[in-house]
Amino acid sequence: MTIIEASGLTKTYKSKTGPVHALAGLDLTVPRGTVKAILGPNGAGKTTVVKILTTLIRPDAGTAIVDGINVLDDPKAVRSIIGVSGQYAAVDENLTGFENLEMVGRLYHLGGAASRRRAQELIDLFELTAAGNRPVKGFSGGMRRRIDLAGALVFNPKILFLDEPTTGLDPRSRMALWGVINKLVDDGTTVLLTTQYLEEADQLADSIAVIDDGRVIAEGTSDELKAQIGGHRVVIALVDAADGAAAREVLARYGAGEPQVSSDGRGVDVAVTDGPPALQHVLADLRSAGIELHDAGMRRPTLDDVFLKLTGHKADKAATDNEDEKMEKVK
Amino acid sequence: MTATATRPAPTQPTWNPLSLWYSDGWTTTKRNLIKIKRTPDMLVFAVIQPIMFVLLFSQVYAGAIAVQGTDYVQFLMAGIFAQTVVFGSTFSGAAMAQDLKDGIIDRFRSLPMSSSAVLIGRTNGDLVLNTISMIIMMCTGFLVGWRVNSSMGEFFAGVGLLLLFSYAFSWVMALLGMSVRSPEVINNASFIILFPITFISNAFVPIETLPDPLRIFAELNPVSALVQAARELFGNEGSAPVPDVWTLQNPVATVLIGVVVLLVVFVPLCIRKFAQISSR
Repeated sequence: MTIIEASGLTKTYKSKTGPVHALAGLDLTVPRGTVKAILGPNGAGKTTVVKILTTLIRPDAGTAIVDGINVLDDPKAVRSIIGVSGQYAAVDENLTGFENLEMVGRLYHLGGAASRRRAQELIDLFELTAAGNRPVKGFSGGMRRRIDLAGALVFNPKILFLDEPTTGLDPRSRMALWGVINKLVDDGTTVLLTTQYLEEADQLADSIAVIDDGRVIAEGTSDELKAQIGGHRVVIALVDAADGAAAREVLARYGAGEPQVSSDGRGVDVAVTDGPPALQHVLADLRSAGIELHDAGMRRPTLDDVFLKLTGHKADKAATDNEDEKMEKVK
Repeated sequence: MTATATRPAPTQPTWNPLSLWYSDGWTTTKRNLIKIKRTPDMLVFAVIQPIMFVLLFSQVYAGAIAVQGTDYVQFLMAGIFAQTVVFGSTFSGAAMAQDLKDGIIDRFRSLPMSSSAVLIGRTNGDLVLNTISMIIMMCTGFLVGWRVNSSMGEFFAGVGLLLLFSYAFSWVMALLGMSVRSPEVINNASFIILFPITFISNAFVPIETLPDPLRIFAELNPVSALVQAARELFGNEGSAPVPDVWTLQNPVATVLIGVVVLLVVFVPLCIRKFAQISSR
C-alpha cells in the first residue's frame, strides 16, 4: 500500500555561520494513489525532502524507498517512474516550449513521434498553444512554470513530485493545475507536493504532513489539523487600542484558545469551533461594552495559525534563513 | 483533451545501453545546436573574434616580429587557430554554470537518461562552434596571404588535431563550470587559465626570445606542441630550428598523448561531479 517510505532522513549543509540542519530525522510515508502535501514555511526542509526522494541529493543518514526501490541504491530505476517539477522552472531558455517538452520526452526514451505528440498535448492542456513555438526566453514567469510542470507530466509517472507547484501562477492557471492533478490521481498517480499554503494542501491533499526545522511536527487530514486549531478565526480591528484588554476578554469568552493581539494593539483574533454564532456573540458583547470597531469578520486558518499552535512560533520566523540560501552554501 | 489522453510507452525495452547513450547524446547535442542558432552573441564571439585576431596580429605585429625562413602571417595562423579553439572551450564552462543557475540540471538529473549525455551534448556543441570558427579563420587567413604548403591529408590531419585538442579541453572547462557554478565568475576564472597557456607559448612569437622561466614553461606547454604540430602539418614552420625538447620535436604524438590524458582524467571527473550537483 505504501509507495513512499522515508525514515530518519537527515541532511546538514555547511554554511559560514555553522552547520544548517535542513532535515533532522524526518519520517514520511505516502500510501499508493493518494496526494500527500508537505506543508511548512521557507527553510523547513520541504525542498530537501523532495530532492532526496527524486535522487537529486543524498541524505547524510536515513533511508528512502520509492515504489520498492531504494533511492540510494538504484537512482536510475527511481527516475524512470517519477515526474518532478522543482521550485524553479527547469526549462531551457533557448528552446521553444514545444522543443523543451519534446526533449524531455526523448530523454524518457518515448521515441520521436510519441514525444512530439505528447509535447503538443501538454502545450494545449496548459493553454500555451499560441506561445508554444516561441523560445522560452520571452515567456512570463507563469508560462515558464507551466512548461516546467508539463515537463513533469510528459511521461505519465507513477509518482509525481511537485515542489511548490502553484508559486507564480495566476488563479486561472492554478485552478487548471489543480484540475490536472486531480485527474492524474483519479488515474492512480501518487502525488507528493510541497506548499506554504494551507488552502492548497486542503484542496488537493488526502493527508498533510506539517514540517518545521526538518521534522514532521503534525500529520493528518486537513480536517484533523484544523480541528486542532479551530475551524475559523474571528478577527476584529479596534478603533482605539486602549480597548484591547476589554476586547481580548470578550473574544476569550467564545474562543477555542487564547486570543492573539497584533503588535499595534488594534487587531485581536481567536480560533473558534463554530464560526458564525461565535462572531454574532462577539459583536453583540462588544457593542454592549461600547467598544468601537473598524472591521470585524471571520477567516479560515492560515499556515501561520497552524504553526503558532503547533510550535509556539510564527511560520515566517525562518523567512530570512530560507532554503535557497542553504542550498547556495552547498559546495 | 486530458492529461492522460495518451499513455506514453515506458522506456523501450528493446533499446540496449549503447543505443540509449547514443540517443541521449544526440538529443542533448541538438539542444546545444539550437542554442547556437538562437544565441547571436555566441555566434558573433565565434565568428568576429577570430577574424579580428587574424587581422590584428597579421597587420599589427607582422612588421615587428621576424621569423626565420618564412613570413609572420604563415607563422601566425597556426597560433591563432590553436588560441581560438582553446578559448572556444570556455563555452562549455559557461554553459554548464548557466544550466546550474537556471535549474535545468535538476530536470536532466531527474530523468532516466545516460549520466554523461548532458556533458556529451555540451562538448559536441563546442566542437561545432569551433569548427565554424576554424572555417572563418581559414578564409580570413587566405585573404591576408596565408597558404597551406602541405598535402591535403596533412592539412586535414592538422585541422583534426586542433579540434580534437579543443574537444578534450572542453571537458576541463565543463568541470570548472560545474565547480564555480556562476556564469559570470567562470569567464574570469577561465581566462586565468587560458591567457598563460595560449600567450606563454610559441603561438605568436618564436619561444627562443623568451626569458628562461617563461621559455621552459612555453616549451612544455601542450598548446606549444599543438601549435608546432599544426604549423608542421600546414607546412608553415619556416627554417628556424625547433627547440630541442621531446614535446616539440614530436608535437603530433605529444598532442595525442595530451588529448588522451585530458579525456581519461576529466571525463570521469565531470561525470562524477555531474552526478552530485543540484541547482540552488
